Amino acid sequence: MAVLTIQDLHVSVEGKEILKGVSLEVKGGEIHAIMGPNGTGKSTLSSAIMGHPKYEVTKGSITLDGQDVLEMEVDERARAGLFLAMQYPSEISGVTNADFLRAALNARLGEGNEISLMKFIRKLDEKMTFLEMNPDMAHRYLNEGFSGGEKKRNEILQLMMLEPKIAILDEIDSGLDIDALKIVSKGVNEMRSSDFGCLIITHYQRLLNYITPDYVHVMMQGRIVKSGGPELAHRLEAEGYDWIKKELGIEDETVEQEV
Amino acid sequence: MIETKLPFDQQYVRTFSEGNGEPSWLLHLRLQALAKAEELPLPKPDKTKIEKWNFTQFSHHVVQSAPLSSLEELPEAVKALINLEDEAKNLYVQRDNTPAYLSLSEDLKEKGVIFTDIFTAVREHSELVEKYFMKDGVRIDEHRLTALHAALMNGGVFVYVPKNVEVETPLQAVYMQENKEAALFNHVIVVAEENSKVSYVENYLSIHGEANAVANIVAEVFANDNAQVFFAAVDHLAKGTTVYVNRRGVTGRHSRIEWALGLMNDGDTVSENITRLIGDGSYGDTKTVVVGRGEQTQNFTTSVVHYGKHTEGYILKHGVVKDSATSIFNGIGKIEHGASKSNAEQESRVLMLSEKARGDANPILLIDEDDVTAGHAASVGRVDPTQLYYLMSRGIPKKEAERLIIHGFLAPVVNEIPLEGVKKQLIEIIERKVK
Repeated sequence: MAVLTIQDLHVSVEGKEILKGVSLEVKGGEIHAIMGPNGTGKSTLSSAIMGHPKYEVTKGSITLDGQDVLEMEVDERARAGLFLAMQYPSEISGVTNADFLRAALNARLGEGNEISLMKFIRKLDEKMTFLEMNPDMAHRYLNEGFSGGEKKRNEILQLMMLEPKIAILDEIDSGLDIDALKIVSKGVNEMRSSDFGCLIITHYQRLLNYITPDYVHVMMQGRIVKSGGPELAHRLEAEGYDWIKKELGIEDETVEQEV
Repeated sequence: MIETKLPFDQQYVRTFSEGNGEPSWLLHLRLQALAKAEELPLPKPDKTKIEKWNFTQFSHHVVQSAPLSSLEELPEAVKALINLEDEAKNLYVQRDNTPAYLSLSEDLKEKGVIFTDIFTAVREHSELVEKYFMKDGVRIDEHRLTALHAALMNGGVFVYVPKNVEVETPLQAVYMQENKEAALFNHVIVVAEENSKVSYVENYLSIHGEANAVANIVAEVFANDNAQVFFAAVDHLAKGTTVYVNRRGVTGRHSRIEWALGLMNDGDTVSENITRLIGDGSYGDTKTVVVGRGEQTQNFTTSVVHYGKHTEGYILKHGVVKDSATSIFNGIGKIEHGASKSNAEQESRVLMLSEKARGDANPILLIDEDDVTAGHAASVGRVDPTQLYYLMSRGIPKKEAERLIIHGFLAPVVNEIPLEGVKKQLIEIIERKVK
């Protein structure tokens, strides 16, 4: 069973400290949700875990099954079993979605173990059908000209194709209408198993109506300030964040404009 | 010091022309051109100094090669370009300056399509060739290199598609540089008469890795009223070959010319591609991809000139530059007075893969008419780190991620090539060059 362990993580962007000591453990079989208003460091956490070059870890550790994630390059992190569904996926012209997915899958499987073309096509067809995606999305250039909803769905397609141990979904729900939200949730729920852990970053409770988390954490000022079960998300939905701020004596919950 | 005196005289040109059995109009044109070549200056490609390049000194103007008795004799690299299985293929192969193989389907012959080497064409279709040869396309007196081209033309093909004929299978031409010191003055003419349609695909390639040669290439494309011409080229001449290549198109009313050019030479190159949209409602689309590597200097000028009303012109140029190569990209959209309701669009992007590489994208719009639309986008930069991060976050190693991005960047031309063998070869060339 996979375990992602984050301890006392401090992260700076362009010299400015955004995360100020985050500790969290995500195990296979668990779904965690990190909630919080804008600008509290949620996306910074996800980028730091994946290794975005702009984010500098100044203190603390991240391990996956005991292996030091911070020592790994971005691609090594992915091959070790991490996945980040991005808030703003890149558009890459001239590279078809299918070619990209096959390259990613083969990188994971390693030289000599590449997936056969037929098997790949079957798998891709199956997942695309499951996510109710138009078959020609496979042959379009990666995210180029995709609508916001199509991009998010495409992130989930990648998740399902690559089958990581631990996935981070960074605001996968932003800009989605209710139908798209349901499909995206269906994809994530399909992945649920004891081999799959997930960290969902969102500032709306809405998504959690479709994907029930095991744990809910609230982030403010670059730290996790409160943790609980799914009931915490319901209370946030009903009452907002002010009660937490009051309880903890926080006036301004933000750290810096989120990048 | 580069010798500027031409190595050939009137007597040589006369003997050469007569030896080919050329009609007198061509002999006279050649002699006239030779005289002009002595006095005209070199072209002046913007931002590249070519005064010291060798365009005129070479060892062999003519080398003797045997025609091919079978395509099996071809080197593997050339065989790979050709669909050997296809019985009805339309194929011309030239070994240096010698026409070595020709096949044209019976069906097309019956329809009156002409696809033959330029020497046969001037002998058998003299008037037709004369009508198009260096008149409304490229003129002999533009500069020294066009003049020299006419004087010394020693190869090429003539394509003629009669009115209302649609050629389904692309016509393919392969020009092989076999002799490392042979000069190539290749001339291609493609004429599509009213309502006709044709695709022509050409490859220039060297059999050896390095040469000491000169290539002076002219292609003239004429799409008459309502005709459609698709012209694809992959140039891959060896290091040490100084290349001047001028591809030009002229449109009639409501006609289309589309270019897909993979310019992959390894020597110093000046490439010019101009489409003149003369006819109202005509359309020109030019896509060019380029890789510069090693020490080479290249200059690519692409221009679409609008004369007719309601004309549309599109320029796309994507270039990759690595090592200490220099590549200059000039894109010119020009709308002449009277070409109302026209649209000129261009996009030039250069990807730099090393510190010492030099790349320059110069988009130019020259507009002499009010009622038009135009736009351009240009950029010079490195591989986008955000794109790299995205691909790597899926487990793709950095090198492979870069490779994908670069291939994607050059895909606009690769995807247009209608012949599988040629397309695959272009992908392989790109692969080798950017590695």
